[in-house]
Amino acid sequence: MKFAVLVFPGSNCDIDCYKAVEEAIGQKVEYVWHTSTDLSGYDAILVPGGFSYGDYLRCGAISRFAPVMNEVKKAAEEGKFILGICNGFQILTEAGLLPGALIRNSGLKFRCHQTPLEVVNNGNPFTNQYAEGDIINIPIAHGEGNYYCDDATLAQLEANKQIIFRYAGDTNPNGSVSNIAGVSNERGNVVGMMPHPERAINQLFGSEDGKKMFTSILNAWREQHGAAVNS
Amino acid sequence: MAQQLTAKEPTAEQIADQRIYTQFGVTDYEYELICGFLGRQPNYTEIGVFSVMWSEHCSYKNSKPILKKFPITGPRVLMGPGEGAGIVDIGDNQAVVFKIESHNHPSAVEPYQGAATGVGGIIRDIFSMGARPVALMNSLRFGRLENERVKYLFENVVSGIAGYGNCIGIPTVGGEVMFDESYEGNPLVNAMCVGLIDHDKIQRGVAKGVGNPVFYVGPATGRDGIHGATFASVELSEESEEKRTAVQVGDPFMEKLVMEATLELIDSGIVLGIQDMGAAGLTCSSAEMASKAGNGLELYLDEVPQRETGMTPYEMMLSESQERMLFVVEPQHEAQAKEIFERWGIICAKVGKVTDDGRLRLFHQGEQVADMPVTALVDECPVYDKPSQEPAYYSANAAIDTTAYPEVTDLTAALEKVLASPTVASKEWVYNQYDYMVRTSTAVEPGSDAAVVTINGTRKALAMTTDCNSRYVYLDPEVGGRIAVAEAARNIVCSGAEPLAITDNLNFGSPEKPDVFWQIEKSADGMSEACRVLDTPVIGGNVSLYNENAKGAIYPTPVIGMVGLVHDIDHITTQGFKNEGDVIILVGETKAEMGGSELQYVLQGVNEGRPPVIDLAVEKKMLGAVLSAIQGGLVASAHDLSEGGIATALAESCISGKLGAEVNVHTELRADHALFSESQSRILLSAKPEQAAALQALLAEQGVAHAAIGSVKGAALSISINGKSGILAPVQQLEKVWKDAIPCLMK
Repeated sequence: MKFAVLVFPGSNCDIDCYKAVEEAIGQKVEYVWHTSTDLSGYDAILVPGGFSYGDYLRCGAISRFAPVMNEVKKAAEEGKFILGICNGFQILTEAGLLPGALIRNSGLKFRCHQTPLEVVNNGNPFTNQYAEGDIINIPIAHGEGNYYCDDATLAQLEANKQIIFRYAGDTNPNGSVSNIAGVSNERGNVVGMMPHPERAINQLFGSEDGKKMFTSILNAWREQHGAAVNS
Repeated sequence: MAQQLTAKEPTAEQIADQRIYTQFGVTDYEYELICGFLGRQPNYTEIGVFSVMWSEHCSYKNSKPILKKFPITGPRVLMGPGEGAGIVDIGDNQAVVFKIESHNHPSAVEPYQGAATGVGGIIRDIFSMGARPVALMNSLRFGRLENERVKYLFENVVSGIAGYGNCIGIPTVGGEVMFDESYEGNPLVNAMCVGLIDHDKIQRGVAKGVGNPVFYVGPATGRDGIHGATFASVELSEESEEKRTAVQVGDPFMEKLVMEATLELIDSGIVLGIQDMGAAGLTCSSAEMASKAGNGLELYLDEVPQRETGMTPYEMMLSESQERMLFVVEPQHEAQAKEIFERWGIICAKVGKVTDDGRLRLFHQGEQVADMPVTALVDECPVYDKPSQEPAYYSANAAIDTTAYPEVTDLTAALEKVLASPTVASKEWVYNQYDYMVRTSTAVEPGSDAAVVTINGTRKALAMTTDCNSRYVYLDPEVGGRIAVAEAARNIVCSGAEPLAITDNLNFGSPEKPDVFWQIEKSADGMSEACRVLDTPVIGGNVSLYNENAKGAIYPTPVIGMVGLVHDIDHITTQGFKNEGDVIILVGETKAEMGGSELQYVLQGVNEGRPPVIDLAVEKKMLGAVLSAIQGGLVASAHDLSEGGIATALAESCISGKLGAEVNVHTELRADHALFSESQSRILLSAKPEQAAALQALLAEQGVAHAAIGSVKGAALSISINGKSGILAPVQQLEKVWKDAIPCLMK
């Protein structure tokens, strides 16, 4: 299996995503520049966190026009796995690949700390190694992670099981609607989340609960390709 | 200010007749010297260039005699003071690069941008050496948080640091914040950056090779930050508010691009010399690069990318627009260099040429507009030996018996008061605004004694801390200077690392005042002695003088930034208690030393008497023993004793470990002295019961005083004195007091 980690000017979690793929599942991974016009060689695409284009104008608003985003859209249509983390989530919502929007944290401050997340839907290529209701520790680091959508969209998200993660209990750090920390598209092959699973690969750095997201993706890919993992 | 100055530039004669140079901080004597070096009167551009190069900030004219005191060499030192940052060998062809720098005055008038550009500047110092920045720290001082203006400064300084560091993607892993009246109106914002480099990639800021082209990279030059270096070298006043134009505006996104492109350029191996444009912008970088190579430099100012129209040579040379670099390559590598910057979307302009005549010549619109000897700019600024005099308060303090305050009866309430003091209280409100995890190498997060960052692909890690108890330095600069270094070393050792070297940020009042100069001298003596004894040379730093406001000078604050090497990640140790039943051991001796203590400050509302004494030989022996115990796997937790003494250290180890402790202290001292004294060279350890004996044997063998004082137990902190109950409180309650203090004040 081969991963692409997109690099926009101002991406800064690209290295962490790259390291996470190598450490968590030992699969092939390459950086792909924002100007690239070909993603055909990759099975999964990671849109990393950071401050693409300085978050100027609006988080993700400029990146959505990068040439590589046309390829991301194509890949989404082809059913490839696409994961947007933090700024990557913001880019995917701006590009219309995911519903909703991310606005400024309700406390108006950047927040960085470990956060307990509830796995709401484990029937997804990104979460199949977790059990539903699992509480996992994944750090957040954002100033604009307050997920917003209107009531109709929220009802749809719930009906279609598109809510993947919620901030557990009363820990909602940013005012997100319905405690939403991560959502998928209808088909389930595109997921965006504000918390950083790529930072939760090694207990030395605070948590290894993010590892299963990567084993989930590998597992889903192997199932698709008729080679299920024996765990 | 810029507009006023450019409306009509005075002539050389007017500058002389009206003594206009004095507005730039140039004295009559210095003006005469400049005329001598030029063989004529300087024009407006030239006097501007000289004034910034001869400012304290760039020339160290008042602090050079002090800086000479510091030990700057050692077997591991690859580069000492003089370049962008110092470099220390850490084995395997790797080295650590680090430096601390102040942005005090800009932060006083424009806290967000002042702090942000302070971070940006120190990051450039690190990557211009060829190093990849891996961590940021900061050391901050503010007035009391009850004051509205202080709250505004605190809030915006923290925001500015967060805004820059988070965006550029370098984790802000720690630091310190202290609050005291003396910093009201003149906060201290010292930013430190740590980077990693391979030995063969080390760069220098030299304009090598006569005839080689000089390139400017980064955003276009604007009128911001003109005379920033001069502004940094005068006292703040009512008029300072008008000098907001002397504060630069930061763009961390731009710096991220410049950093990646620059590191790629350096990696390509074609760079002959490179330097960032920091204080005094194009002036300082070009003059210093020429000076270090023993060459001259010509700059063609029409080629300098400009953000505004009609900029004069004076403005271009003195602008401190951010995120800019200057570098030299051979002519045949020009295309390769330009390709790299183009790919990153960065302007790269050929603006000059290396010459052999030792002069800095500026050309604008077809004319030579300035011609100055490089050595005069860089090396010939007069050095001043300022008069020094012991202040009256110092001898008056000798008579004050700080052990004679009425005995504290409610020790639990006293502990809670200390824990709620903003200087001691949890700084979560601060560091939760910093991305301290990006790059996924932060093994010890903010809030422990030192932060620890792992080195990818090895089992090594770097420990880092900033320290300075300025109350001690005020009470006795020499002792306080020693303690600042020793406490930094103690923090490094507590994290499981071997102390390597320091960078220092000397923040003081006006050197024109003999009593302030005495503080500078004495504290440098103390620091130097501690650096020698503890084998931690000074590899670079920064001097920030004239930190004064209407009420007088700030407390003398020589901040120590220390880096240590963790030889194996298994040695990484934190302050929190780990397991129920672990034995708690207090290393070191406790005396009744209340001068400069946190208890004195919160209960008596004063800072008086003498600070704790320190015996550096005892400190060194103690640090060696504790480090070998940690490396031998005998230690579960380690915590330096500092503000608030043993009671506070125990509370912090309980809170961090979410465990209680049952402690009984045997002492001949008064209970409040025993629990809150700030005696030096003490560390709180805990160890598994089966290892406690071995740990104590090791300490005894090395002649280090220690005592088993209790065990990790339950959910409350219980401290008895000679068997009599002294402090008893649930850890959760102490945690709440400690964590809520700053958020409450900021509401």
